[in-house]
Amino acid sequence: MSASLETQTPQLQSIGKPVQHTGQFKRLTRMLFKSKTGTIGFLIVIAVVFMSIFAGAIAPHDPAKTQAAKRLKPPMWMEGGSSVHPLGTDNLGRDVLSRIIYGSQVSLMVGICAVILAGTIGVILGLVSGYYGGWIDSIIMRTVDAFLAIPNILFMLVILAVLGPSLVTLILVLGFTNWVKYARIIRSEVLGVKERDYVKAARTVGASNQRIILTHILPNVISSFIVVSTLSVATTIIAEASLSFLGLGIQPPTVSWGGMLSDGRQYLATSWWVATFPGIAITITVLGIMFLGDWLRDILDPRMKARK
Amino acid sequence: MRQYLLKSLLQIIPVLFLISIIVFVLVYCTGDPVSLMLSDTATDEDRRILIAALGLDQPLYIQYFTFIGHLFQGDFGNSFRYDMPALPIVMERLPATFELAIAAMLVATVISVPLGILSATKRNSFLDVLFSGSSVLGKAMPHFWLGIMLILLFAVELKALPVSGRGTLAHLILPAFTLGTGIAAEMTRLIRSSMLEILNQDYIRTARSKGLLESIVVYKHALRNSMIPVVTIMALQTSTLIGGTLITETIFSWPGMGQLIIQAVNTRDMAIVQAAVFVVAILVIFSNLLADILYRVLDPRIKYN
Repeated sequence: MSASLETQTPQLQSIGKPVQHTGQFKRLTRMLFKSKTGTIGFLIVIAVVFMSIFAGAIAPHDPAKTQAAKRLKPPMWMEGGSSVHPLGTDNLGRDVLSRIIYGSQVSLMVGICAVILAGTIGVILGLVSGYYGGWIDSIIMRTVDAFLAIPNILFMLVILAVLGPSLVTLILVLGFTNWVKYARIIRSEVLGVKERDYVKAARTVGASNQRIILTHILPNVISSFIVVSTLSVATTIIAEASLSFLGLGIQPPTVSWGGMLSDGRQYLATSWWVATFPGIAITITVLGIMFLGDWLRDILDPRMKARK
Repeated sequence: MRQYLLKSLLQIIPVLFLISIIVFVLVYCTGDPVSLMLSDTATDEDRRILIAALGLDQPLYIQYFTFIGHLFQGDFGNSFRYDMPALPIVMERLPATFELAIAAMLVATVISVPLGILSATKRNSFLDVLFSGSSVLGKAMPHFWLGIMLILLFAVELKALPVSGRGTLAHLILPAFTLGTGIAAEMTRLIRSSMLEILNQDYIRTARSKGLLESIVVYKHALRNSMIPVVTIMALQTSTLIGGTLITETIFSWPGMGQLIIQAVNTRDMAIVQAAVFVVAILVIFSNLLADILYRVLDPRIKYN
């Protein structure tokens, strides 16, 4: 399988651009379904996206509706459970399944927005750092080192403590602390690309730096960006859940998987399901995104391919 | 070597300087430490005295220089929760965190080294698929959830291990596993790919063609070289480890630095937060430097430039 993929990659260099004709699209789907894990990842991601968009239509109950009489009901297959609440209810009598369905909205939104923000900052700084070099490069790279010396989660906690937790600050914080890895990867890619003949040729004919960066360098580093950002959505979702779990992320009444876990933790001894199912939801979603990301890496960037 | 070391040490200075700016800005943005420190009955006069005493009426750059000056003396100010200097409070918590981190690293090594080697030597076999699959799963699972599930299984259901606290070896098992499995997942992948690369080298082919036992080829010839990147990666895990202790210590009420940081963040005890961020950053920077040196010592082919 891997040999056929590698021989096809030269034509696929332009994947970052919109697909221009259906032939390429067809080839892409054919390649997707050739990879087992890629297909699984794709299906999981589609399912989660679908779930979050149509949460209102799919969820059997209002995720915020509390019912004192139905507190901590077990899942339907256990004694005392009923099909009205397939995954049971939490400490306030809210339906766990509905809350998981609604929780996907926060996870995806935070994951995607934070990655876009981090990616934009990281790509710009990486391009500038790699292309111009010199003192700009030194400053940016030392800043990267400084950011890397503080564990991400600690950094995010401190900023959230300062700014106060909310959905917007959470996205800002996740974006602001995660740009570092993009900056490093894009910079190292740029260092390679800028020595190529076509870049030198562009410079010789008098193209401006800005033009060279945007039209000659950016398109050649974008595939690593796509791969890194896909995998980043997965790590960002885990980070969001961790912060919400610690009480500094998403605040109630907004439903988040991390917050559900934190609620459920207090009722572990009697009602295992409250903390178990949101964790499974996070794991499956992250797994799907990671599979999809690995597949993207295999087709977009054979050099980064994991040795199999 | 000496020159290289010197250069690396010199590069640390601007990084520490930048960290000091980041920390200063963060604390500056916290807003008003004065109202947190004063009681409700304080008068405007008390307020003014405290502001002057803290130097908050000075221009920003003067405040920064005062901050840096205190920093050099290890003075991060007093924690208002403990009413004691912040740095000793943080340092006092370090042994517990080290204990947990080392135990987690041991767990990670014990799991990942045999699994990685087996996956590589029995490539594409059932075992390889199983181990690689588990390592992907280990990466996808949020480790705080794994911790909760371990508590549920071993402490609540089986009543075999204590739920939380520190003391006996039994207390250490669950937190160490919680923190160690994520790292084990990463390391298994790495050992596998590093081993695969080495097993394709010419000198391995030579060793095999000499008729050496496969076990000697794998454990004596291949393993040693494949461990070079692994040792480096282990030393580079400090940041992940310390980040992980924040949540693991909170879940298991482990009395280490991580728990202290979370409490300090929740009570806005910024002196502790500052001191802790600095201690963590210095730990991470020096262990990264150590990783770098280790890599060069283990692999003499790498040049110093």
